[in-house]
Amino acid sequence: MQRMVFHRILIGIITLWVVSVLVFLMTNALPGDVAQIVLGQSATPESLAAYRAERGLDQPLISQYFGWLGNLLSGDLGTSKAGGASISSLISERLYNTMVMAGIVALISVPLSVGLGLLAAMFPGTWIDKTLTFGTLALISVPEFFIATFMVLIFAVNLGWLPSVARVSAEQSYYDWWRSMAMPLLVLTIVVAAQMIRMTRAGILNVMNSPYIEMAILKGVRRKRIILRHAFFNTIGPIVNVIALNLAYLVSGVVIVETIFAYPGLAKLMIDGVQTRDLPLVQATAMIFCGAYVILIILADVAAILSNPRLRNPK
Amino acid sequence: MAELFEIDNLQIQARKEDGTPIPIVKGVSFNVKAGQVVALIGESGSGKSTISLATMAYCRPGLEFPGGEVRLHGKDILTMEPQDQRSLRGNNVAYLAQSAAATFNPAITIGEQVTEAAVLHGTLTQEEADRRAIQLYHALELPDPDLLGRRYPHQVSGGQLQRLMAAMALVSGPDLLVLDEPTTALDVTTQIEVLKAFKKVIQEEGSAAIYVTHDLAVVAQVADHIVVLYSGEIQEQGPVDQIINNPQHPYTKRLMAAVKPSPKAGMGDVHDEEHDRVVPNIEVKNMTAGYGGIVNGKPVITVLRDINVKIKNSHVVGVIGESGCGKSTLARVMAGLLPAAKGEVYLDGNRLEPDLKNRSREELQKIQFVYQMADTALNPRQVIGDILGRPLEFYRGLKGQERREEVANLLRLVELPVEFETRYPSELSGGQKQRVNMARALAANPEVMLCDEVTSALDSIVSSNVIKLLKKLRAKTGVSFVFISHDLSTVGSFADEIVVLYAGRVVEQGPVDEVLAPPYHPYTRLLISSVPELRVGWLEDTMQKREMAVGIARGVEITDTGCPFYNRCPIAIEGTCNTETAPTREPSPEHFISCHRTMEEIEDIEKNPQQILHGFEVAAPGGDKAALAAKPV
Repeated sequence: MQRMVFHRILIGIITLWVVSVLVFLMTNALPGDVAQIVLGQSATPESLAAYRAERGLDQPLISQYFGWLGNLLSGDLGTSKAGGASISSLISERLYNTMVMAGIVALISVPLSVGLGLLAAMFPGTWIDKTLTFGTLALISVPEFFIATFMVLIFAVNLGWLPSVARVSAEQSYYDWWRSMAMPLLVLTIVVAAQMIRMTRAGILNVMNSPYIEMAILKGVRRKRIILRHAFFNTIGPIVNVIALNLAYLVSGVVIVETIFAYPGLAKLMIDGVQTRDLPLVQATAMIFCGAYVILIILADVAAILSNPRLRNPK
Repeated sequence: MAELFEIDNLQIQARKEDGTPIPIVKGVSFNVKAGQVVALIGESGSGKSTISLATMAYCRPGLEFPGGEVRLHGKDILTMEPQDQRSLRGNNVAYLAQSAAATFNPAITIGEQVTEAAVLHGTLTQEEADRRAIQLYHALELPDPDLLGRRYPHQVSGGQLQRLMAAMALVSGPDLLVLDEPTTALDVTTQIEVLKAFKKVIQEEGSAAIYVTHDLAVVAQVADHIVVLYSGEIQEQGPVDQIINNPQHPYTKRLMAAVKPSPKAGMGDVHDEEHDRVVPNIEVKNMTAGYGGIVNGKPVITVLRDINVKIKNSHVVGVIGESGCGKSTLARVMAGLLPAAKGEVYLDGNRLEPDLKNRSREELQKIQFVYQMADTALNPRQVIGDILGRPLEFYRGLKGQERREEVANLLRLVELPVEFETRYPSELSGGQKQRVNMARALAANPEVMLCDEVTSALDSIVSSNVIKLLKKLRAKTGVSFVFISHDLSTVGSFADEIVVLYAGRVVEQGPVDEVLAPPYHPYTRLLISSVPELRVGWLEDTMQKREMAVGIARGVEITDTGCPFYNRCPIAIEGTCNTETAPTREPSPEHFISCHRTMEEIEDIEKNPQQILHGFEVAAPGGDKAALAAKPV
């Protein structure tokens, strides 16, 4: 089992390395010459050459890559060209905001969706199940910007209960902070929960056709216990994978929600970086996003291995 | 006074989409007295499993009870409140299903599953239930009873799981046990072991039982009373002696006729030589194979050692042995699914690449695999026409009208109606699916078909029809077969030659009539004597033979040195058989036996079995009877 876990981690590291190559190549393939953009149209060829030499941009691509990778591994993410601030300091604040948002959404949505999924599986075909399956299907089908805009329209514009912009700062009172966070949190919870509810329900019902579930019925076990004890433990593998994908989405994929609510998160920082051709910034955020995916998927795999007695206790 | 258990005019029905009822069970009545074992027999689709589930007021989704009564101690359980029905299940009536491997939850320890019913129903506390379970493990002669409960189902063998299911059913001391084909999927040697354990606990616990099976030879060993079912109706019922020795109803007589004869010489098929050629169709030479990668030219886990098998054109070679002996591995090596570590595979005299990735399409086409479970081998989302059409297109380049015609030909070849082309596998019966499964292999126009336990999951009437079909196919197409089965009778009636595998080595091989007649290899002898006979009292007679007791109690172990059968062999020679590889003897042309004993010695044992068994002491298999006497209330 340790070997399997170790194997997963090794694959994760290799994935991250491949990703670093791709991120580096793709950001370099972005149109436009960095020196030209930074120094403007009026720059002389001499100043352009001097800028390139200073930044190492005249080096061959491969040595640029290893220089960047080395800095990355030692924690030096480089300097942003906008204002020359270190990228680490730029990112740290945004990363904190993103993590707070993702963390709160995860804490609410994971138990909620697994619970609702189990509930739907416990009473298949009843109004509870029908409401949940229909509701979640509707929510999955509607794009998140539509949900977000719709909520802004109702809660901020028509009712005026909540601010339409999620501006957060250290000076805010708790009340104000929660008020400004309420809508983005709600939108994200709805978006990720819908998928997890459906997956939990489908996973459980899939197992419910197994002969060992019929055996449990024939032993006179109550339906609630059948679901929670007999079916759930055989469904953990697929459920944790959906949870991991959704959590990774909370870190990297929330750009639309962040943009709509003007929330200062990491995804929005990346978009800003792309717009201003701030390549070191784009590279750093891209690596963080990929890292989040890889770590969460490894965690999901490890959880799936741990939940499977065949893998946990070999013969 | 009411009997312990009565089924009175029981009816069970399904419904079509428009709501019209389809009767499944049509007014069945029978009783079970305390301490009695009633067998329900019939082929698949006769409603026997559905009736057995009705004893717990349970029916599968889509079925309903429109009428009739099921009375336990005189009270109808079908009209009870759901919570009262639930408190009967696993408590007053306990169920043993066909496949223990599927019936045990893979994610929960054995101990929890065995004790669950008793604890949930409040019959026993967890501690009492754990103690009772350990007593039952002792009584069922399970290994390591004190720690067995902490294991997970995948950590014990199939035969052990089957007995553990008996423990699960017995833990709360039920009045009625319902056993649904509990030994059908087992090896003959394991079957005896399980039957013996079941019979013993049923007697000692004094509970009544309903035993569902299609195997009359098994029924003769365990039942007191037999109910013969066909298409949801009782054809005949009566005491076991009467039904077995003097059946009245034509259907019972048909069932008796489908009982497989005991394996013996001369039962085989007559082979015509029309398709014979000089070069063997497929040949395996000095082959060693296993799993887990190859280190120093040897597989990490060696499954097969030094195998030499030749199959002549249009011949059938039966491969027999218990599960774990390497039968399927041999077929996988021939097909190239598992590249051999050593040795070669030849097709029509040409050496094949070990790995199927490197074989040409023509070579792949000539060797086709037929899997045991048609259910899993056929894509449930494709209609039969597509399942058969795909290999026609891939191997033979047939398209459009040509392809459709050939699909129709294939269906006719396996004796299925052409309309099946548009059906999905789920709309077919088990036997029909197995025919489609064979037609799929035949679509490639193969020279060799590797059939892995293709009749093992079918009941005797369907399976004998499938064998008839295979015989016809061979005569018509000249295809050769590698026929893998643990069922000696089926192999004996179909094969030209038999290869007996034990722990990955060929212990005996030769023409059917030679292998199924003395001199036998001791292992072949064990297998042949383990096939149940249609005779009341056969089980007791067999278990009295000491060499049987040992051969059955111990399992297959793969060894590196000596004869692998040493630990189960009644005539093993200490110091020789466990250290030296057995010599191969040739008692008659083309008939090989690997044994340290000379053929004269083996023949002698056939005549006077006692004399050679001295010094071979059996560990007393007596169970813990006191444990069973302590039955909870």
